[in-house]
Amino acid sequence: MTYFPEEVVEHIFDFLESHRHRNTVSTVCKAWYRVERLSRRSVFVGNCYAVRPERVVVRFPGVRSLSVKGKPHFADFNLVPHDWGGFALPWIEAFARGCPGLEELRLKRMVVSDESLELLARSFPNFKVLVLVSCEGFSTDGLAAIATHCRVLRELDLQENEVEDRGPQWLSCFPDSCTSLVSLNFACLKGDVNAGALERLVARCPNIRTLRLNRAVSVDSLSKILARAPHLVDLGTGSFTMDHRAEAYHRLMNNFTKCKSLKSLSGFWDASPRCLPAVYPICRNLTGLNLSYAPAIQGADLIKLIRLCLKLQRLWVLDCIGDKGLAVVASTCKELQELRVFPSDVCGAGTAVVTEEGLVAISSGCPKLNSLLYFCHQMTNAALITIAKNCPHFTRFRLCILDPGKPDPVTNQPLDEGFGAIVQSCKDLRRLSLSGLLTDQVFLYIGMYAECLEMLSIAFAGDSDKGMMYVLNGCKNMRKLEIRDSPFGDAALLEDVGKYETMRSLWMSSCDITLRGCKTLAAKMPRLNVEVINERDESDEMEENPSDLHRVEKMYVYRTVAGPRNDAPDFVWTL
Amino acid sequence: MEGGGSDGSDLDNLKATELKLGLPGTGEQEKLPSILPRSSKRAILEANEGPSKRNSSEIKSVERDQKPAAKAQIVGWPPIQSYRKNSYQAMKMEAEPTGMYVKVSMDGVPYLRKIDLKVYKGYEELREALEDMFKCFSLGEISRMNESNGYEYAITYEDKDGDWMLVGDVPWEMFISSCKRMRIMKGDEARGLGSTP
Repeated sequence: MTYFPEEVVEHIFDFLESHRHRNTVSTVCKAWYRVERLSRRSVFVGNCYAVRPERVVVRFPGVRSLSVKGKPHFADFNLVPHDWGGFALPWIEAFARGCPGLEELRLKRMVVSDESLELLARSFPNFKVLVLVSCEGFSTDGLAAIATHCRVLRELDLQENEVEDRGPQWLSCFPDSCTSLVSLNFACLKGDVNAGALERLVARCPNIRTLRLNRAVSVDSLSKILARAPHLVDLGTGSFTMDHRAEAYHRLMNNFTKCKSLKSLSGFWDASPRCLPAVYPICRNLTGLNLSYAPAIQGADLIKLIRLCLKLQRLWVLDCIGDKGLAVVASTCKELQELRVFPSDVCGAGTAVVTEEGLVAISSGCPKLNSLLYFCHQMTNAALITIAKNCPHFTRFRLCILDPGKPDPVTNQPLDEGFGAIVQSCKDLRRLSLSGLLTDQVFLYIGMYAECLEMLSIAFAGDSDKGMMYVLNGCKNMRKLEIRDSPFGDAALLEDVGKYETMRSLWMSSCDITLRGCKTLAAKMPRLNVEVINERDESDEMEENPSDLHRVEKMYVYRTVAGPRNDAPDFVWTL
Repeated sequence: MEGGGSDGSDLDNLKATELKLGLPGTGEQEKLPSILPRSSKRAILEANEGPSKRNSSEIKSVERDQKPAAKAQIVGWPPIQSYRKNSYQAMKMEAEPTGMYVKVSMDGVPYLRKIDLKVYKGYEELREALEDMFKCFSLGEISRMNESNGYEYAITYEDKDGDWMLVGDVPWEMFISSCKRMRIMKGDEARGLGSTP
């Protein structure tokens, strides 16, 4: 099978962009396996415990870009104990030893220590991109190490991490010779920043296009930065509060006007409505707008701003926008593709909330909508059916009705028909989160129609094991299934044990599975790690040797070629 | 809201006379989930067999301690990323509107007054300020907080839920954040609100 010299085959493989395709060609024959592994530049590890880092390094010695994900998704909602695992250090160590050409590292939901960041900074001379999303365990000292030693750093992107603040000096650690920054996002840092150092850094990086500041950066500083970097494409403002009559305010507005390339805005910490007009000049070019941390911007001010954003494709807001506000979005933002509406009490008493009406309006005004995260107080089947008809292009549909298990308020029926309409209409649906009152019927629909579904989140839903079985039997492309507080037990768990090897992971908490069920699964499937997570309670019933009939509170199952992990804390039992 | 719950019957009677716009019995339902979490050790509410059994478990739940108008405190619900949740909580705590003016009415007085709650450090200062403000009208001392017996007037306030509460029960910070307006109530009407020591 060697019609072509290896270089040619390698060149052909270069056109394969997705990991899946490259994985597939590597299984064709030994020659192709060899060519593929030596030429692979980018590796994505969806579960850090699915494979040992050393093994990745041995197989793909030429990797330049590595992405690794750690904790299960429900860790975002405090359902996974704090020290469950997901450590970055073993990965950084393995690559430091075996793959020093690494240039890009992207980590999500992992524990990253300052020690790992220091090791990272010193081990990879060509290191260019660091992206940390929802990680924890490090401080600004770790960032200082990165700034100091990564000579050709292009991107430092910190998204929603818990970072310990040890002072503002980290930013000053970027040497004067550092001029390569293209993207800098430190919005999640809570501490102060040295304004002068920041302004000088921006000034000497002519290619900077993304800049997301944290709350400590004043509007004054922002103004100076905009003057130095008018080519910005993506801006996260810092604290957006100032006297709107002051000369500084007018300077700010002028500087915004000069930013002709600005496409995306976020931040707006502490924004007071009176400062908003400063951004009016650039609104008509905006494709992305994130106001989800600006509770003071509501009502008429918010609507006025939205009306200017004709090209908006991505909008994140708080639910105080209200159904009326969403109607304005629907009539203005015809290009809208992604909408997220977050709930908050932070808007204050008596502010608007969103219901099914807002979403129906959006669906009829914005037919390009394909990604939704919507927290609301109520939803009806009729609304969902309409939405499904209006927007058949959903790839991500996450609906959270705040009251768990709430039925359709008009008919008092479960929302099975509504969600059924969504999965039937949206043939490309890859991700779905359910809420409200739901019976096994909705899972029948999902199993029948949701052929492309890869990720499903279930909470307080279903009547019996059948529900889960419909999903496992039906959804061929399921990768991640996470379930909480639903009546699925051992029968459902063990219905099709082979299925879990075709999936990345299964999470079940507060369901009806027992220790016996978990043990059976573990015994039948040696290439799965079946983790039972037992947190101690004061009223602890779990003895050293709990009975097999004991209900398991939290279970996490994932396929792996690495065997049981060696860093599990003692409350995690790998069966 | 259920803070002075020891006097069950008195509070029930008071609740029964409360003016609400909803249908009878709808008040409780809005606050509680229709399907309660399955025997999770962390869930505060008791497990429920199914949606049809809402009412009995709601009644049980109301007797436990609950924050007013709170969604049930289920771990990890609503599913908001903890980073975002923490940010919102921090923002809420910092929210300081400039000046906190509330109306104060006094029974029998033809006009109302307005005071800035932020100006006072505690209940004593507030009481003194009110006494001073309405000096010319009052025929007796305005009661000290928590003790409506033996005084001509009691100071009450309307909270976020629209309930009329006796001033003085909750910590000061909590009071000023939930007080919407105040009313200095005449003695006889005030008797019913006093919490028995």
